[in-house]
Amino acid sequence: MQELIVKARQLLESGEVSRVLGWKKGEFEYDPEPAFFETAESLDGFVYNGFCGANLSKYMIEAGKKEGKTLVFLKPCDSYSYNQLLREHRVDREKAYIIGVGCKGKLSGNKLPFEGILKVTGADYPDAQQTLTVQTLYGTETVAYQDAMLERCHVCKGKEHVVYDELLGESCDTVDADRFAEVERIEAMSPAEKFAFFQEELSKCIRCNACRNVCPACSCRKCVFDSTAFDSAQKANTTPFEEKMFHIIRAFHVAGRCTDCGECSRVCPQGIPLHLFNRKFIKDINALYGEYQAGSDLESKAPLTSFTTDDAEPGVGRG
Amino acid sequence: MKRIGVFVCHCGSNIAATVDVKKVVEMALLEQGVVHAEDYPYMCSEAGQQRIAEAIREKQLEGIVVCSCSPRMHEATFRKCAERNGLNPYLVEIANVREHCSWIHKDMQEATQKAVILMRAAVAKVHLNTPLQAGESAVTKRALVIGGGIAGIQTALDIADAGYPVDIVEKEPSIGGRMSQLDKTFPTLDCSACILTPKMVEAAAHENITIHTWSEVEKVSGFVGSFTVEIRKKARYVNMDKCTGCGICQEKCPSKKPLSEFNRGLNTRTAIYTPFAQAIPNVPVIDPNACIKLKTGKCGICEKFCQAGAIDYTQKDEILTQQYGAIVVATGFDTIKLDKYGEYAYNESKDVITSLELERIMNAAGPTKGHLERLSDGKAPKEIVFIQCVGSRCSDDRGKPYCSKICCMYTAKHAMLIRDKYPDTNVTVFYIDVRTPGKNFDEFYRRAVEDYGVNYVKGQVGKVAPQPDGSLLVHGVDLLENKQILKKADMVVLATAIEPNPDARKIATMLTASIDTNNFLTEAHPKLRPVESPTAGVFLSGVAQGPKDIPETVAQAGAAAVKVIGLLAKDKLKTNPCTAKADELRCNGCSQCANVCPYGAISYETRQVNDHGIREDRRIAVVNSALCQGCGACTVTCPSGAMDLQGFSNRQIIAEVDAICR
Repeated sequence: MQELIVKARQLLESGEVSRVLGWKKGEFEYDPEPAFFETAESLDGFVYNGFCGANLSKYMIEAGKKEGKTLVFLKPCDSYSYNQLLREHRVDREKAYIIGVGCKGKLSGNKLPFEGILKVTGADYPDAQQTLTVQTLYGTETVAYQDAMLERCHVCKGKEHVVYDELLGESCDTVDADRFAEVERIEAMSPAEKFAFFQEELSKCIRCNACRNVCPACSCRKCVFDSTAFDSAQKANTTPFEEKMFHIIRAFHVAGRCTDCGECSRVCPQGIPLHLFNRKFIKDINALYGEYQAGSDLESKAPLTSFTTDDAEPGVGRG
Repeated sequence: MKRIGVFVCHCGSNIAATVDVKKVVEMALLEQGVVHAEDYPYMCSEAGQQRIAEAIREKQLEGIVVCSCSPRMHEATFRKCAERNGLNPYLVEIANVREHCSWIHKDMQEATQKAVILMRAAVAKVHLNTPLQAGESAVTKRALVIGGGIAGIQTALDIADAGYPVDIVEKEPSIGGRMSQLDKTFPTLDCSACILTPKMVEAAAHENITIHTWSEVEKVSGFVGSFTVEIRKKARYVNMDKCTGCGICQEKCPSKKPLSEFNRGLNTRTAIYTPFAQAIPNVPVIDPNACIKLKTGKCGICEKFCQAGAIDYTQKDEILTQQYGAIVVATGFDTIKLDKYGEYAYNESKDVITSLELERIMNAAGPTKGHLERLSDGKAPKEIVFIQCVGSRCSDDRGKPYCSKICCMYTAKHAMLIRDKYPDTNVTVFYIDVRTPGKNFDEFYRRAVEDYGVNYVKGQVGKVAPQPDGSLLVHGVDLLENKQILKKADMVVLATAIEPNPDARKIATMLTASIDTNNFLTEAHPKLRPVESPTAGVFLSGVAQGPKDIPETVAQAGAAAVKVIGLLAKDKLKTNPCTAKADELRCNGCSQCANVCPYGAISYETRQVNDHGIREDRRIAVVNSALCQGCGACTVTCPSGAMDLQGFSNRQIIAEVDAICR
């Protein structure tokens, strides 16, 4: 963490960047939040630790509207989101100084209570595959790092940054699960079981819009769900249909553009596994049009917005 | 609230026999804004249109719904009627209560209920319609003909004679197509080459015709009157300007293994070749897959012998970009593959051949110099069996459901020619039906039977079994005698079904022209617009549209040319105002719409927008309304709903759906 602060301070003081986009300490140890730092002094509040799961790439849209360059710290998976925004002309590469930071797997503050760990006040941050020691109001607790890791880190895309100006810090492998296992489990269900599964999950939705607001692919200037032109205008769900409609439409809107960064599920206060929708789309795209990872580069043709005469035509039949 | 008039057409009894038109009128009057509703036997007639005109004037209508046939039939009629009477033509909506309702239902109550719903949806939409103005676009006075067979050549000649430049794109090294492979033509038995080559020469010499052989259409963009086409001119490795056509290169070429495409693979050609003696242009091409020099870098014999210095191994494919006002598809046909017809032993025996292969065998320039002989041992066949409908009129998925149309006649021709030239050879034809509609066709067939003693057997062949002695045992059935036939033959000829050229699908896709389940291009109307594709500016000529013989192909080629000439004679075309438009406040500038636009109609500009007081420079999509064809791909791709189609806006479509679900 210290080397990031040193670098940020150096760039701010030299005037090469006008601000720094990073994370600051939140209310608790386990909820650091994205933050802009405009001065060298304010960097005292900067943190980078195992709980810094937040993907900063989307904040670069706003940063791009400000004067001067912004230094941003991107984890390997965040860099895919940034690249995707670059493809969509939503961010200005010229106005970004990107430091790719190492990642040893990020932790989920929500998982600790499931391990019986409450009132966390501090933690050490070892590599994945090791033991995490957590300080709580009730004393010191330990837990296997994997058991507290965010879902996305179990199926990590890799520790290589796809866009950066400079790299800092070390990474370690965290993959220990099959990315599509859960999707396959749902695919195997009968239509009635599937319906019941999604009904139960989505009925928890309180339409707080956290998933949409955090999603780097949901970067529309004006969301269709905020428009008065349609009956879908922003409001709390009133029927089971509306609960599903919001999430299904959102999944369609980000299909082919979602990098599977997993922010939607990370921020959902109700614990809905929203990433499953996106991952189903990704699985189908891979099967129909060949392996495709959104945001992995700037040149390749996106399968859903390009056409070739030998494209699969999966229009008929029901899955 | 608009003042809307609803007009319900009986279409004689087409609609009124299944839909209670009075009930539709009654229900229309209950709809919001509907101030006038009436029914009439033929709304499209003078008198019907007069009623619409009167209602517009007397009731000050601001929108019209016509419940009638498909908008493809009469939308233009009613739009013009509205325009003549001072109402913007885009304030007219058609509720299709014929094709979508009366024709597909039997129960009057249900059909009426559906007609009312369709009427409601149209009324809901027309409330949101806005007046639109058609723009104008210029017409590029040049035509493209894809395919250089008899269909393409004739179309090009007719267009060129009218004074318009035409380009022919042919993927083979020479124009001429299938007709150049035929020996004689029915029903007159004149030599195919003798009547075709003058046309080939005429096309080549015509000042208005440019021929691109060994070339393929790579990409098509634009629209009627203004297509932009990229043509790939494949590397010929021979300089067209220098080559004198002397042919020494072909004599000397040491690579003699590749099968001759022109002779249907019955013999071989050299790596540098012209497909046939009368080829146009008479300039060879080098087959890069067979040329030793191109493959290994060693050889260069043709270059050494070429006095003209025309050989150029460094040639590369070139892309030629050209503008056209109209495009004619004349991609022709091929015979189907016989892999699924194992019972005829085509792949087992060299003496089982297709009729097109027989054409080459009987042709003086063919693999046997015109001698009728068995390809297995070179002996003259004494007993020949022809099998009709191989893969045609087929009810399973091995063949084609349609009649290939030309086989009855060419089989009679083959049988007659063989009996004439080799009177000691017996000819038997197995047929399902003999179909000979056409001028002098039945007389021709009867001559084969009556004057030349061809043995016609009504019945099919179940199996052709190659025998150890080299003969073929044909297991057939005579349906008239109701008995099985076992016939020993020296040669079996299969009247193989024809199918559209395999490239037709690719070309149709590039042109956004529709094709049917058999890959034949679809005509705009099967009876009334048989040479036009539903895609404006695209025309059809020859077998690409459906099986036909030479006289029909030539007639259709002329008809397609007339349609092209009619289009090119215009200086301006009216453009469709139902184009896409981006809402600058909602547009993200993300480029997804441009990625999916098949017409290249979307570009981006950075401009200052005022978003409720916030002024900032934004990247905004801009639609070129001359290029946009209103397909709507952008509107469904746009994640923020910024793209909308004028005349078919999201709000209008949702209003229709809401009205249907009400």
